[in-house]
Amino acid sequence: MSVDENTVRRIAKLARIAVTEEELAPLSKDLSTILDWVEQLGEVDTDHVPPMTSVVEMEIKMRKDIVRHDNLQKQVTQNAPQSEDGFFTVPKVIE
Amino acid sequence: MSENKNLIEGATGFWEIVMGLEIHAQVASNAKLFSGAPTEFGAEQNSQVSLVDAALPGMLPVINEECVQQAVRTGLGLGAEIHLRSVFDRKNYFYPDLPQGYQISQFKDPIVGEGEIEIDLKDGSVKRVGIERLHLEQDAGKSVHDQHPSMSFVDLNRSGVALMEIVSKPDMRCAEEAQAYVKKIRSILRYLGTCDGNMEEGSLRADVNVSVRRPGEDLGTRCEIKNVNSIRFIGQAIEYEARRQIDVLEDGGSIDQETRLFDPRAGETRSMRSKEEAHDYRYFPDPDLLPLVIKQELVDKLRAELPELPDEKKARFVREYSLSPYDAGVLVSEKASCDFFEAVADGRDAKLAANWVTGEFFGALNKAGLQIESSPVSAKQLGDLINLISDDTISGRIAKEVFEIMFETGDDPAKIVEEKGLQQVTDLGAIEAAIDEIIAANPDKVAQAKEKPKMAGWFVGQVMKSTGGKANPKSVNELLAKKLGL
Amino acid sequence: MTELTKLTLAEARAKLAAKEITSVELTEAHLVAAKASDKLNAYVTLTPDVALKMAAASDARIEKGEAGPLEGIPLGVKDLFCTDGVRTTACSNILDDFTPTYESTVTANLWADGAVMLGKLNNDEFAMGSSNETSRFGPCINPWKASDSDADLVPGGSSGGSSTAVASHLALGATATDTGGSIRQPASFTGTVGMKPTYGRCSRWGTVAFASSLDQAGPITRTVRDAAIMLKSMAGHDEKDTTSVDIEVPDYEAALTGDIRGLKIGIPKEYRVEGMSDEIEKLWTQGIDWLKSAGAEIVDVSLPHTKYALPAYYIVAPAEASSNLARYDGVRYGLRVQGDDITDMYEKTRAEGFGDEVRRRVLIGTYVLSAGYYDAYYIKAQKIRTLIAQDFKQAYKKIDLLLTPTAPSPAFAIGEKVDDPLSMYLNDVFTVPVNLAGLPGISLPAGLSSNGLPLGLQLIGRTFDEDTLLRAADVLEEAAGFSAEPSKWWTEA
Repeated sequence: MSVDENTVRRIAKLARIAVTEEELAPLSKDLSTILDWVEQLGEVDTDHVPPMTSVVEMEIKMRKDIVRHDNLQKQVTQNAPQSEDGFFTVPKVIE
Repeated sequence: MSENKNLIEGATGFWEIVMGLEIHAQVASNAKLFSGAPTEFGAEQNSQVSLVDAALPGMLPVINEECVQQAVRTGLGLGAEIHLRSVFDRKNYFYPDLPQGYQISQFKDPIVGEGEIEIDLKDGSVKRVGIERLHLEQDAGKSVHDQHPSMSFVDLNRSGVALMEIVSKPDMRCAEEAQAYVKKIRSILRYLGTCDGNMEEGSLRADVNVSVRRPGEDLGTRCEIKNVNSIRFIGQAIEYEARRQIDVLEDGGSIDQETRLFDPRAGETRSMRSKEEAHDYRYFPDPDLLPLVIKQELVDKLRAELPELPDEKKARFVREYSLSPYDAGVLVSEKASCDFFEAVADGRDAKLAANWVTGEFFGALNKAGLQIESSPVSAKQLGDLINLISDDTISGRIAKEVFEIMFETGDDPAKIVEEKGLQQVTDLGAIEAAIDEIIAANPDKVAQAKEKPKMAGWFVGQVMKSTGGKANPKSVNELLAKKLGL
Repeated sequence: MTELTKLTLAEARAKLAAKEITSVELTEAHLVAAKASDKLNAYVTLTPDVALKMAAASDARIEKGEAGPLEGIPLGVKDLFCTDGVRTTACSNILDDFTPTYESTVTANLWADGAVMLGKLNNDEFAMGSSNETSRFGPCINPWKASDSDADLVPGGSSGGSSTAVASHLALGATATDTGGSIRQPASFTGTVGMKPTYGRCSRWGTVAFASSLDQAGPITRTVRDAAIMLKSMAGHDEKDTTSVDIEVPDYEAALTGDIRGLKIGIPKEYRVEGMSDEIEKLWTQGIDWLKSAGAEIVDVSLPHTKYALPAYYIVAPAEASSNLARYDGVRYGLRVQGDDITDMYEKTRAEGFGDEVRRRVLIGTYVLSAGYYDAYYIKAQKIRTLIAQDFKQAYKKIDLLLTPTAPSPAFAIGEKVDDPLSMYLNDVFTVPVNLAGLPGISLPAGLSSNGLPLGLQLIGRTFDEDTLLRAADVLEEAAGFSAEPSKWWTEA
């Protein structure tokens, strides 16, 4: 098992997905199967190979420094599950 | 060791503070780093948010070329290496004011590499502080926690605004150095026009990394004090934090590497609620953005267009205007002061202009607690006043009176001089008449003066008194010498 | 009316131009067919009002002589493309009833050329899947049935709704997206043509992202010509997507000359995978013969890193997805499940909002990017990607195109592989390398399996050389003469 239950718990926390205790074992098995299978990449010598950074060779394009938007408050908040007075609202965050 | 002056004494001996700063400076630009939404401060909540900034499904970032150029200008202004190829990475974490669930930043390959600046310290010494790197990144939005008992309100107006993170090397050893560093960076950014440097509005924020060690030992564990938003607070936060760490260590404890907040009301730093899990930001290159490649020609062009920066200006003021290094340093430290001075000095006696700006003018501002931007006296008005001195319309002494009135009323100097009849008496006949009168009334003093030429001063005073201070002192001196036969 | 749904896109276009039919008639015929096809579960949102309004406007433009290249042509849209005012869900619960206020560039291009939107099509949740079984709306069903079984079959994935709608004549064509084979594999499973253009050919703006460096939109149609027509309208530079390429889109239809004499077709030996079925092998050989007879030259080539493509893909795609899907947090749109605090809200929302496969991939992606694993997994996979791209580059020095099977098998039964992620992933073994290298690829129906199910062949082209790809596909299509149709079991009461 390359991904034990504690690891599942840890990455689920990082990914902010609630996982029940009962789900841990099957997830651990699934993820391990997949990750054990990708281990075969270790067979390939990649010491002097650069990682791919762009799929198609081209130069990055930039935008001009021009304001292109009117007030989009309505558009931006209209799909919000909860909002008030143009703000998105969430359970109180304590810093 | 010159650094010894910075050691602080604890119960068990001396300690050295080691500090590095991360300054977050909002890039001066019309639109955000990856969207066309505006960047102005203080707009209505969520009114400056594009679909990209709110991370709606399918939205993609497109980089603003001006933000890139501003970063290059800043790099050049910090004497730093410009990287022609840099990469945007995603820093992944969840927070309500981080709509994408990641911040686009530059982690491994920043746009600007190492540089160095000089900071001026109060004792007149100059210290070099290394720049580790500068990178571009997105600002987050703002969560407001005090509007509702159980909810936080999220405003994304700042979300996606371009920031430059300027990371120093851990070269600073006392609060004064850290403060001077921030001031110098702010000054350079303002001269470059790459950031307005406004700390109150959050355009410039500093994270201060503080650790303490016994002199000569390895670096201690550091704490990061987040988002300190004034130069005064930076000083207070450092003093408090260093003392706290020393106390912990001297009590046999150890320092936890952690993020702390400075509470200006309590004047102390406190630990941010310990996170449930350690951060693991899972940086990886943003697949929506190709590597940022800029041409050497662009860098050369931007270099050629750079304005004169504070250090160069200071040297020039010393050289061309014969100002003392101290005066020159005071003038260039703030771009606004320097602009003011240069406007006043334009076409006038620069030394005289410098004396007026650093003397009466700064003095009056300080006394009134005003910033130069809200000065009641404009550069043009102060220049006019200096003209009145130079063309002998008023004396320097009268000018000070006129200046006080200007500062109170905002009136032009010519108007004040006119209305109050403060013009210098240059009419030799009138001065001569006044002298004759005094000589006639004081034969004994005349006799004394012939014995002791220093007595002439008494006559000068009398003449000035009788002319209400308006007599041209040079004419008075000349005529008196003649009349008294000195 | 049913006659109208039998037309190909090109035929319908000609009849519309000749004013033999109206767009409203054509659109209504498709809407009727779609409404009678609930059993297939191809459409997740049918938009008859929008469709008929657009069709009427098209008829008016045709009347005025202002017809665009796709004027009046009714199309289906994969539910991954954001459509202004029409619910867009990526077939995930987490998007709830999200209704965009904007239109994806690809669909906007289609509407600008006169096309008519019939509705939104089913797909695997966030395009993660090869069977369309991970959709929140339930599986989409393949219109084809095996001759030896009545079991419902998968239409392939993730663009199962698109392949099904086109195969069962519920649309003249459909938009789709392909991250690891999601256009080509469903086309192969349903006897349709599926074209994935070069990465950067179509804008990704406004399309729900799965894996940014792999995602590419393309058409599913019933003929190669239809694919050429649709792609021409979908493609083009978009300043809102800086990975979209700023080069002219050629007239793909004009490229269909029927002449491939002298074209060099590579046959990669590594695609002859262990355990390949005889019928796939036979189909491939048949394809080689067809191309040879048409005057192409067959060249054996080697793509040595082929076997590493799939594992590399299952690092890169989940890594990007784990980050791309972080925005679904219940704050600004979509589902929110209340929690005790913000973290609890996030965790409950994302647990309820994401299905099993999405959760699996988000977790894998999170894991491979996490501290200590990044170099071993993510960087390693991106290096493998470089090698795979180099393999193709090397091969293309000698050849113009590659010919391979599209998928290792015909359509399989619903539920057959759903509990075995790895065997599901192996469906994409022939399609994934193309995405990793950003190349264009097309699948076209070339024959039937022993139990009467469609099988596809894949042609792979050079970067931005869709013209040659379509030209050869057209010739291969002609040679294959695939004319089988599924029986219309789904319309029976």
